[in-house]
Amino acid sequence: MAEKLGVYICSGCDIGKSLDVDSLLDTVKKGKLASICPVVKKSAVLCSPDAVTEIEADIKEAGLDGVVLCACSPRVKWDIFQFGATQVERVNLREQCVWSFREDPKVPGLLPLMAQDYVKMGVMKLSKSRIPAPEVPETNKTILVLGGGFTGLTAALEAAKLGKDVVLVEQAATLGGKAATMYKTFPMSHPYLKAEDTGIDQLIADATSNAKIKVLTSANLVSLEGAPGLYTATVNAGGEQQFAIGAVVLATGWVPGDKGFLAPMGYGSIKNVVTAAEFEAMAKAGSIVRPSDGQAPASVAFLTDVSLCTKGSTAGTADVCAPVDPLPEKAAEGEPEVSAYPDKESAKHLAYSSELTSLVALKQAGYVREKLGQSVAFVLYDHMMVPGINERYYKAAQDDAGIMLSKASITAVTEDADGGVIVAAKDTLLGADIEIKADLVVLPTAIVPVTAHEPTMNLVYRQGPGFPDLELFDGFVDSNYICFPYETRRTGVYAAGCVRQPMTLAGAKEDAAGAVLKAVQCIGSANRGVAVHPRSGDISFPVFNFQRCTQCKRCTEECPFGALDDDEKGTPKPNPTRCRRCGTCMGACPERVISFDNYNIDQIGSMIKEVYVPDDMVAGGPRVIVLVCENDAYPALDMAAFRGKSWSPFVRFVPVRCLGSVNAIWVADAVSKGVDGVIMLGCKYGPDYQCHFVKGSELCSRRKTNIAESLGRLGVEAERVEQYEVSIDEYDKVPAIIERFMTEVITKFGPNPFKGY
Amino acid sequence: MSNNSILVVGGGFAGITAALEAAEMGHEVYIVETNPYLGGRVAQLNQYFPKLCPPSCGLEIQFQRIKNNPKVKHHTMCEVVSVAGGPGAFDVKIKQRPRFVTPNCTMCGECEKAASTSVKSEFEFGLVDRKVAYSTHLFAFPQRYVIDGAACAPGELEAIKAACPYDAVNVDDAESTFDLSVGSIIWATGWKPYDMAKLDNLGGGKLANVVSNMQFERLAAPNGPTGGQILRPTDGKAPKRIAFLQCAGSRDENHLNYCSYICCMASLKHVTYIREKLPEAQVVIYYIDLRAPGRYDNFLQKVAADDKLTLVKGKVAKIVECECKSPILTVEDAVTGIKGEERFDMVVLATGMQPSCAGAKLPMDLPVDDDGFIVGGAELGVFAAGCAKLPLDVMKTAQTGTGAALKAIQNVVGR
Repeated sequence: MAEKLGVYICSGCDIGKSLDVDSLLDTVKKGKLASICPVVKKSAVLCSPDAVTEIEADIKEAGLDGVVLCACSPRVKWDIFQFGATQVERVNLREQCVWSFREDPKVPGLLPLMAQDYVKMGVMKLSKSRIPAPEVPETNKTILVLGGGFTGLTAALEAAKLGKDVVLVEQAATLGGKAATMYKTFPMSHPYLKAEDTGIDQLIADATSNAKIKVLTSANLVSLEGAPGLYTATVNAGGEQQFAIGAVVLATGWVPGDKGFLAPMGYGSIKNVVTAAEFEAMAKAGSIVRPSDGQAPASVAFLTDVSLCTKGSTAGTADVCAPVDPLPEKAAEGEPEVSAYPDKESAKHLAYSSELTSLVALKQAGYVREKLGQSVAFVLYDHMMVPGINERYYKAAQDDAGIMLSKASITAVTEDADGGVIVAAKDTLLGADIEIKADLVVLPTAIVPVTAHEPTMNLVYRQGPGFPDLELFDGFVDSNYICFPYETRRTGVYAAGCVRQPMTLAGAKEDAAGAVLKAVQCIGSANRGVAVHPRSGDISFPVFNFQRCTQCKRCTEECPFGALDDDEKGTPKPNPTRCRRCGTCMGACPERVISFDNYNIDQIGSMIKEVYVPDDMVAGGPRVIVLVCENDAYPALDMAAFRGKSWSPFVRFVPVRCLGSVNAIWVADAVSKGVDGVIMLGCKYGPDYQCHFVKGSELCSRRKTNIAESLGRLGVEAERVEQYEVSIDEYDKVPAIIERFMTEVITKFGPNPFKGY
Repeated sequence: MSNNSILVVGGGFAGITAALEAAEMGHEVYIVETNPYLGGRVAQLNQYFPKLCPPSCGLEIQFQRIKNNPKVKHHTMCEVVSVAGGPGAFDVKIKQRPRFVTPNCTMCGECEKAASTSVKSEFEFGLVDRKVAYSTHLFAFPQRYVIDGAACAPGELEAIKAACPYDAVNVDDAESTFDLSVGSIIWATGWKPYDMAKLDNLGGGKLANVVSNMQFERLAAPNGPTGGQILRPTDGKAPKRIAFLQCAGSRDENHLNYCSYICCMASLKHVTYIREKLPEAQVVIYYIDLRAPGRYDNFLQKVAADDKLTLVKGKVAKIVECECKSPILTVEDAVTGIKGEERFDMVVLATGMQPSCAGAKLPMDLPVDDDGFIVGGAELGVFAAGCAKLPLDVMKTAQTGTGAALKAIQNVVGR
């Protein structure tokens, strides 16, 4: 606990102009926390070098263990207000008080009361905060790489180059994966004009001869138990072995899509219709022939338009917009939880593979020219999907007179009497609907991540063996974050290559490097006792008071990152190195046994209690507590204030780590003390969620429904508790959201019936 | 013994990502950025495809990471002048332009009020003017004003200083240089929009109602010049018919011989802006191929279902304007072969991306291709990331930034 606080109130930036700073100082000096605030001062400009020097001197002389700086938003002047080990609490008088204050004609003169509330809340908050002292585990440093294909081998070598030991697990008897089945690949480097060798043989040679890399083939991961930095991997390679693992790079790649989806284009019914993977195998083996008669084809048509196969499925964006699965139902006592793994492959994987489909068609058209001399190649495409630098490779193909390229929508693929294949197409660049007869037709091979079919990771986690929510990504172990492509719901496991997204070898090479960095970084963070993204470097961690735990399992079920396992009784077993410090467990716990040293139930609850609530709403106005996500909604409020927006003077903002950390008791306490309404402002949820902790805002909205129902039973209108989704750029909308609540809820329902009790 | 520090040239998304990922591995990192703010091109975007989420959301997290990590140092308004030494031991000379505003600044805005001279806003792509004392945008990081000393009228700088209540204006600020000793360098200087003025036949830079896709981003942004309303530059009216021209400068041997990767998805995203803000507006996209790779296909399908959007595979040969300043397009539909003229209220050129260093002399001898992309450098201890290396979207940029951080660390570890 911070027990000797310095409280400083700034007069700059309109604060001194709008407020009587001396009387504000008195609220601390004469308040109930005066005894723990030996230093209470004002400053003309608190961020000025002189003022900062003064604070530093006070810390030294008075032995302050915390300073409450009542000035501007904590988002600004952060670099100036840093005082080593002394805890700092920022009270946002500028943005949340004076800049956004609007006088209410019915209850004038509220600004001093609002400022007093915020100052007292800040002092209370810091007084309930301790500096966390995380236990620092001695971590394993070895990287487990799953998959010995191009991506996995690259990852293993990158990790070894960084000095890390690697265990490489490959399911097949030989290394090389899909790349080893390729004759060539499209260009991987400047000038991006010619197909080239994949380089896989060199990668295999380098990995197998590298002393830091232990290669296990014909092997599979039986289970991965533990947590980042502390994993035990059980691998079966003709007998089970265990390895102490720090973090994992998941590079198990892809499997060719179900060829059944290609039936509308003649696959399976027409002999001379093959897939790109089958064509590649022929090229690799040395001779390209027609399956029907073993003769070299004089013409080969590569079809990349798969709309005949995907019709009715790609249009189904409804799938993508469908709501996420509800939380797992609580398993009945003693009942074993069987988790079937729903298969995630669909015809849409053909569409998702479009970039590789186009590049492969160009590459294989090149094989026809290279290996079959006078034969011609047709490439019929709907959209030539070669974004970026590979345009140059496309251009090189266009310059080859033996490769005919045209836009075309394929309408039918049929077999001719002589074994030829007739491709009918419309919307071509050749002026009309056409029919092309080819000796051989090549259809795309869909890239389907192995994780569409199986959990792969075999995690020994309370929440199951695989990655949750993969249906959002059609089975790919992708991230929902554009900005943070390696962040998933499983700390310590970083996917790369085609298991993450359909990608080229050049892309996979880069991706492997990125995933290795994240894996090594995760071990380092675990080893320092700090959080990884997005609260990187945070030393706090959830502490459990197990004596009061009732084994309700809410925390273990709701943790977005699967950080909590449990014992047979249901008592949670924390894994701090899996944890992202969002506080969702703290918000979930009905017994309030989970806390952080510097962020806890009592602390926020005590802050709320510092808000003055007049007994008479008509004379003193209503009061509304706004629990604000500090990542997005809070900055949006700052920006609104900066833009001169204002809102009701009856609201008080309380920042929270994530709405997921909001515990129902805060709402209940607020209501029981007479607060007239509670607003929760958090991130968007649903399939395109913006919550940095994946599920926080969504979970909060579910809990809100429960809270509101409970209030209803007590005779308090459920509408008094509401959650709104606010993006960080909705600074112009957020004042109206608050206004609407004030008129539609508070004005409509009047005072909280508990007021005054 | 190698110097473990890393220099990141460029503070856009690739550079910030690379810097943070390296710093969170324990390395000291310096970001040098030419703009007065970090965030680069993404700071100018309204939303990202395909999630339609605001870039400031991810940037806020990145800035939090910077704030909480003393290992990251950033220097704005800086350029690399020269690089001496080699892998493991570089000596880099940095030039810093004067900002004239000290850390005392509280963003109160009095300087802006006191300034009298205005020039075209670079951040807003010339859509509006800014004062010589200015803040580029709402989420600017660091949050501090800038004074464009060179554009000040005589005495103006002094007047601005006099107006500042926080003694945050230093009239004597001047160009300075400083040196950094680092072991690796990450080159993440990003991209610039292809100059519209080179698209002569399309009226780029000449016809007022023909804007670039980046200008369109600003028109849709709530912190942009119109407060997020899509309005015609000439008369401030909401357009009823809008055309997008894909590959404006890209995939064209006379301009850029590559595809700029993002413009198809960006235009599809712009259709969603229009639909939100102008529900009745008609939109036509003229394209060669609609490039929505991977799972972006879902976004293409979603947008293509808009019944007021027409997708035309075709070429626009020419744009002129009518008396009312509406652009008139000479169009050839590639499938039907039909040529004709189409009138729109506004046209958006989906201009491509060019490496920022295209045409400029680099301060060190790095391998670049004819278009200015960096195509090597690892053996020199320099690792390119983001659009300095290839045309990429934001997600792939973050990926390359992370990969480059690994390479930069490998280069200094155990050397």
